Amino acid sequence: MEALWFAIVAGMLAVYVVLDGFDFGAGFLHLLVARTDAERRSVLAAIGPVWDGNEVWLIAGGGALFMAFPVAYAVGFSGFYLPLMLLLWVLILRGLSIELRSHVSDPLWAAFWDATFALGSTLIAIVLGAALGNVLRGVPLDSSGTFHVSLFDSFWPSARSGVLDAYTVLVGVFTLLALGGHGGLYLAIKTDERVHTRSLRAARLLWVCAGALFPLVTWATTRVAPELPATAAHRPLVWILVVLLVASASALVLGLVRGNPALGFAGSAGTLFTLLGTGAAARWPVLLRSNLAPSLSLDAFAAATTHHGLRVALSWTLVGLPLACGYFVFLARAFRGKVRLETPAHAAEHGSPRDTGP
Amino acid sequence: MSDALFWHRLHFGFTVTYHYLFPQLTMGLSLLILIFKWRAFRKGSALHDEAARFWARIFGVAFAMGVVTGIPLEFQFGTNWSRFSQFAGGVIGQTLAMEGMFAFFLESTFLGIFLYGEKRFGPRMHLASAAALWAGAWLSGYFIIATNAFMQNPVGHAIGPDGRLQLADFWAFVLNPWAIWQYLHNMTASVVTASFVVAGVGALWSLSGRHPEHARLALRTGVVSGLIASCLLVFPTGDRHGKLLAEKQPATLAAMEGLFETRPDAELAIIGQPNVHERRLENPIVVPGMLSFLVYGSFGSTVTGLDRIPEDQWPDNIELLYYAYHVMAGLGTLFIGLLALAAFQLWRGRLERSRPVLWALMLAIPFPYIATSAGWMTAELGRQPWLVYGLMRTADGTSPRVSVGNTLFTLLGFAGLYLVMGILFLYLVGREVAHGPGAPHAQVLPAGAQRPAEEAA
Repeated sequence: MEALWFAIVAGMLAVYVVLDGFDFGAGFLHLLVARTDAERRSVLAAIGPVWDGNEVWLIAGGGALFMAFPVAYAVGFSGFYLPLMLLLWVLILRGLSIELRSHVSDPLWAAFWDATFALGSTLIAIVLGAALGNVLRGVPLDSSGTFHVSLFDSFWPSARSGVLDAYTVLVGVFTLLALGGHGGLYLAIKTDERVHTRSLRAARLLWVCAGALFPLVTWATTRVAPELPATAAHRPLVWILVVLLVASASALVLGLVRGNPALGFAGSAGTLFTLLGTGAAARWPVLLRSNLAPSLSLDAFAAATTHHGLRVALSWTLVGLPLACGYFVFLARAFRGKVRLETPAHAAEHGSPRDTGP
Repeated sequence: MSDALFWHRLHFGFTVTYHYLFPQLTMGLSLLILIFKWRAFRKGSALHDEAARFWARIFGVAFAMGVVTGIPLEFQFGTNWSRFSQFAGGVIGQTLAMEGMFAFFLESTFLGIFLYGEKRFGPRMHLASAAALWAGAWLSGYFIIATNAFMQNPVGHAIGPDGRLQLADFWAFVLNPWAIWQYLHNMTASVVTASFVVAGVGALWSLSGRHPEHARLALRTGVVSGLIASCLLVFPTGDRHGKLLAEKQPATLAAMEGLFETRPDAELAIIGQPNVHERRLENPIVVPGMLSFLVYGSFGSTVTGLDRIPEDQWPDNIELLYYAYHVMAGLGTLFIGLLALAAFQLWRGRLERSRPVLWALMLAIPFPYIATSAGWMTAELGRQPWLVYGLMRTADGTSPRVSVGNTLFTLLGFAGLYLVMGILFLYLVGREVAHGPGAPHAQVLPAGAQRPAEEAA
């Protein structure tokens, strides 16, 4: 039962990274691929109806973590107190930038929120990567079962490292590149003309950089968490995920080479999901790795609530999760196709600015 | 400065109170927008459609503020209240996780359709999305109130061998009687807030002689729905909530009412200041026997006072609790009076000529917000000194590894950020209200103004 919930929580958080990842990536590229006001509006129109739903995966995944593994939630969140609060502030500003930009028609107002959107998205992508780095590297969990970690201390990974060290920053940069490529492919699907061309070009460049960095990230991960490769090698699930990862990465490469953003986006979504899944499957059953001593790590069995609670939650999750996926498919189909902006004159005839074209 | 518990409490109290300013408007407004949409759909009324579009623009801004200020709250359970999360997560994690799964996904999906898809999907789909948005908003309210109700009146749980709470009876936990009455009380209050906002904006337009037809519609809708909801707030929802308090939290009821002495024929204090040191109510104006009647249905019944309750189980801030409760109840009574007067004038067809009543309606907009904030302060201060009533004290729920300085720093950070957001909100909503219904003024189109390529051809 713990294993199943470990998989559900990891899966929901991976879906969050794949979904919100493309709008973080779009934000990272916002100022680069979209230069005019109309182009920037088309970027925002591409993510406007979906970004809020994407972010719900974070809330729902966090809720599932809280329900299934309350100890891990409590220890982890209080240990990462300051970085999480800073992340929250950036999430708030970024959310506002998407929603408020359109409410006032003034170039300065738009420019301010464009910059907030781009900067916020970029920072969040790096911080998400650094957070993943921290989970892989471990935290100074001590015999009291709690930890406190500074923002940065020793730059080279050690028991004294803060949230940011060479390893976690490396993972953060890799994540930014990968999500940037992912977001570029999404924009290439949803836009046309110049934004389309620039997004596709950016996606190629960023995924090439991310691919070049990947061996270094893998090598560094085996250095900070030496037990990972050995445990991973014995797990059939890890091998299945690796095969799927290779298949997704091939689709991604094919999509990029052929200039087919739909294929590329499917490939990059699969690559991100299986990459995170491989990490989680290799890491089971550890939720919070102690970098002081392996015996101090917090595993899923110690952190979980009772089997009865997990079973009850499973019964409503089997209803709720398919519903959530159904909504998502419905929304994606409802807003399918490329974004096409109405001209202001055209829009004036049509009443509300919320309305779409005829 | 070094009292960690105080800063953690202020941290959560501030962020949750600020957050709730937005959902109480959007939850109530989602119902009123649905009513506008329904009337527009049935009667083909362009006026109702335009009103729905106008309030949807306000709804959009308030909803965005509610979403971004809501995310920190879920985090804060872990960051600031880690021992509480470890202790109670096995139970309250259920409702928090269900809120995401069943309410937020529904809400976020249909928000996109509702705000961006009127022309694209047609009137039937647009009405359905307004209904789904209302359902999602009201469902999320239930899950979060069920979570709070467990902290007020824990049911359906067991204490495990490790000392942590575990789920024993899911349905008893989810259908906690406390949750049901608190929910109904809270949701009618959100309708009161939205009604006052709608009526107040109608009064503003009417007083300044702009948009007369829309002013009339807003006044009529706001006054009628506000009067119905205000009456429901007192009876049955508030009444039943008070009876539950007497049964489950007698210390809270005694402190709220400033009842220091157990007695039959207990009096209801209308005005008075609690002097906790001397254990008496100063300068009281009271209705004899009324409290006994309200709680037990007879004037002679004995109501437990604070003297029968050990002092270490008294709420730790009796004065603030007493004032918060009296502000809520006093304002609730005034609302009924003002709305009844406005409804009477409306019935006589004179509301638009009664300038004093219009002024009062317009200036009343902030007061439902004060009443709901005071109501939640009553609930949360009344629960003290417990975090989970009778099971965990608030002092035992904080995060041991988070320093006072970090808590204070992030509290100030939130205060600054939320101040800026408050200014932005008032600026944007003020612009919309000043512009009024009808064609929007923004030349720049919003994020979702789009159409598919195949249809554009």
